[in-house]
Amino acid sequence: MAANLNALHSDSYIDISQYRDQHFKGNRYEQEKLLKQSCTLYVGNLSFYTTEEQVYELFSKSGDVKRIVMGLDKIKKTACGFCFVEYYTRGDSENAMRFINGTRLDDRIIRTDWDAGFKEGRQYGRGKSGGQVRDEYRQDYDPARGGYGKLAHLQRVADGRQKY
Amino acid sequence: ESFLRHHYNNLGLPHKKRRASESIEIEDRLESLICRVGEKSTSSLESNLEGLAGVLEADLPNYKNKILRILCAVARLLPEKLTVYTTLVGLLNARNYNFGGEFVEAMVRQLKETIKSNSFYEAVYVVRFLSDLVNCHVIAAPSMVAMFENFVSVIQEEDAPQVRRDWYVYAVLSSLPWVGKELYEKKDVEIDRILNQIESYLKRRQKTHVIMLQVWTAEKPHPQEEYLDCLWAQIQKLKKDRWQERHILRPYIAFDSVLCEALQHNLPPFTPPPHSETAVYPMPRVIFRMFDYTDAPEGPVMPGSHSVERFVIEENLHCIIKSHWKERKTCAAQLLSYPGKNKIPLNYHIVEVIFAELFMLPFPPHIDVMYTTLLIELCKLQPGSLPQVLAQATEMMYLRLDSMNTTCIDRFMSWFSHHLSNFQFRWSWDDWSDCLTQDLEKPKPKFVKEVLEKCMRLSYHQRMVDIVPASFAPLLPVNPLFVYKYMDESSSTLPGYPVTIAIHNAIKNRANNEEILNVLKDVPNPNQGDDDDEVDSFNPLKIEVFLQTLLHLAAKSFSHSFSALAKFHEILKALTDSDEGKLHILRVLYDVWKNHPQMISVIVDKMIRTQIVDCAAVANWIFSPEMAHDFTRFYVWEILHSTIRKMNKHVQKIQKELDEAKEKLEKQHRRRDSGDEDDDKNSDEDGLLEEQIERLQEKVETAQSEQKNLFLVIFQRFIMILTEHLVRCETAGVDSNTPWYKNCIERLQQIFLMHYQIIQQYMLTLENLLFTAELDHHILAVYQQFCALQS
Repeated sequence: MAANLNALHSDSYIDISQYRDQHFKGNRYEQEKLLKQSCTLYVGNLSFYTTEEQVYELFSKSGDVKRIVMGLDKIKKTACGFCFVEYYTRGDSENAMRFINGTRLDDRIIRTDWDAGFKEGRQYGRGKSGGQVRDEYRQDYDPARGGYGKLAHLQRVADGRQKY
Repeated sequence: ESFLRHHYNNLGLPHKKRRASESIEIEDRLESLICRVGEKSTSSLESNLEGLAGVLEADLPNYKNKILRILCAVARLLPEKLTVYTTLVGLLNARNYNFGGEFVEAMVRQLKETIKSNSFYEAVYVVRFLSDLVNCHVIAAPSMVAMFENFVSVIQEEDAPQVRRDWYVYAVLSSLPWVGKELYEKKDVEIDRILNQIESYLKRRQKTHVIMLQVWTAEKPHPQEEYLDCLWAQIQKLKKDRWQERHILRPYIAFDSVLCEALQHNLPPFTPPPHSETAVYPMPRVIFRMFDYTDAPEGPVMPGSHSVERFVIEENLHCIIKSHWKERKTCAAQLLSYPGKNKIPLNYHIVEVIFAELFMLPFPPHIDVMYTTLLIELCKLQPGSLPQVLAQATEMMYLRLDSMNTTCIDRFMSWFSHHLSNFQFRWSWDDWSDCLTQDLEKPKPKFVKEVLEKCMRLSYHQRMVDIVPASFAPLLPVNPLFVYKYMDESSSTLPGYPVTIAIHNAIKNRANNEEILNVLKDVPNPNQGDDDDEVDSFNPLKIEVFLQTLLHLAAKSFSHSFSALAKFHEILKALTDSDEGKLHILRVLYDVWKNHPQMISVIVDKMIRTQIVDCAAVANWIFSPEMAHDFTRFYVWEILHSTIRKMNKHVQKIQKELDEAKEKLEKQHRRRDSGDEDDDKNSDEDGLLEEQIERLQEKVETAQSEQKNLFLVIFQRFIMILTEHLVRCETAGVDSNTPWYKNCIERLQQIFLMHYQIIQQYMLTLENLLFTAELDHHILAVYQQFCALQS
């Protein structure tokens, strides 16, 4: 009888973002469907030194964690600043989007986003140098993410040589 | 003309389509307009209400039902804006008497529904809304009084549970701040009679449950009052003040000249729905207080604990959190823009209300981590003032740790460590150096120790060393390193040592399970005599040799350890076939990872999920003498509660599968009844399903039996160690109320509180088998407090 008002039940923190995985095998509709049911989160802006244990501790605050897959540099096979967190239930992952996304881990504001589901191979960075794409192009110096971005680093090296 | 019509005229769709989607558009617009009234606006609230009343009145001919539904919903779901909406209804009633009548009827129907569906908090908001409608000249005062009289008559019901009576009393009392003055002016005799009945009820109701729900057991500085007692004191004071209430925002006052011209309606007679077995009344509460007028140094004074203002402020702040908890930025903004905030120390109220929820027993209304994030948002929005209040609160709670309930200390510790991790762990640790001189089992040093351990989990060991003064070194957690028994040459004399080398090599060379089991055959069994033939009996050394070596190889990370458990699952299952095996594997796990409780916790979790150990084994291990020295550490209870939760979820899951299968069968029968031709196919399908249902039924029974057994084991063990302690103290003539005892008895309370719904199924068994009259009265008291919770 009584209505449950749409206007009152805003839950924007769990909305899917604009990002779509370009390597996803399937069409946009299929990807979105998976994102809306997913129990897996992509976690970005981690320090290269953040451990699986730290991620477990933080993300356990919204529910039991089923699995964590740490993101690796494709060449060096070392941590490159992202990971996947999978929960047993959708509700637990929604709470992570509401209350852990945008807070700090290892002093860095981390970002979580829905993921269509971990598949072998997705644990590797897709940047040309082996890490994440964002680390290819960024201009700032971030000691927790290998210093300068790859291109900026190469540029600095080139500049350095020129100075001689 | 309605500005809504202007809106839909622009849609430009073909006529028919336009009508349908117009309709939805208009309904959405109506919803939006009504929900948003009262929010920040360039116009005054009065002019917005006036405008909205005009729009709605114009749309009544076409959208009456929708408007009725929306208004009923906001009455139920937005209690913090109660008076805004009662004013709106008042204005509509003044313009359209029939609509006012229909709204009142709809609200009474909604009241019945919310009560019947156990939505008792919403039902209170509906009652409060109705009572404020008296102030808006929509409902006649005498009929409201009559409803209250009907509510209060529930007190006289024979055999009604106390929680039922409590709710009806609460519904009346909690409406009086809004309508007390008006009702008393019209019907003072009746109101006095109602209050007298309530008073004598409150005097005779039992309060055994209170102690289990208090955050602090000390009376000073703020008594932790039972919620009805506190509310009663507030209403008494309100009456003494001649019902003058100055805090509530009452927009209807500005419209008095319009509203008093309106005709009022009488509430239809309302009989409280009778008690039923399925009714679940709200749990009793204790009012959490940590601040008073002495705490806010400058600025407005905090209303006293027994002032009705305090009640209204707290109610409204709780309601705001209830409405917006999923969106922390909105929630923080709404809290900070509380109307009338300039007259009260709002930051103190907000912090107090948030901790009241976080520490609420048995459970906070919302997930713990929400409160951490909400406080961070509040600090962001008020960086010049809120962090100081929060620091002040933290300091106060630290000072009062001695009398804080253990469950609440857990939550305080979890919150504080997570909060610090968002602020570079900056804290004035030196302020707490008093704890360094105390015995480490005392609450303050224990708290600091657990905080640092939790902080370490979110960072790393060296960071902890860096953030605390050198004097705090004794409280630092140890470096979470693996302890390998068979480390080097010096351990070569240990029994089984050569086999550890062989296992190590076998694993590295990717030997298969058969090969590894062969290697393990060479491990002597310390439990067996030479002439004992049994090859497969429990061999603790075999378990130790294998598990120590395996976990050592996998010590690098959680993932490595999980991989190892998965890869050698078959072997582990074989080794832990017996109960003794299961217990021993946990012992070995502890031996190697005792410095890294987090690792123990996740490995135990995996072992349960992959059925290497069962829940009862974990419970027995936790209560075993070997774990006695860690018994009061937080991680142990984290593991036990996680274990119980897994058990509960397992039962729920199978129960759900069974229910789904039963439903499927029923659907099939219904289809057949409606004439499905193929009889053979039908009976085949039925047979399969029936078989499945039978299997699931068995599975459910097994699971439920395992669950019951788990709780019985836990309670039995508690009774054993508590009794032991009490007897020992009595014999020695010393006080039994040691820090260990307080911790242990509160852990027992915690089991009852955290799993009360499930434990209620076992009341008979518990009473007949375990919590009998012969038990020490200290232990029996916990059981009696638990029984009192829903009686």
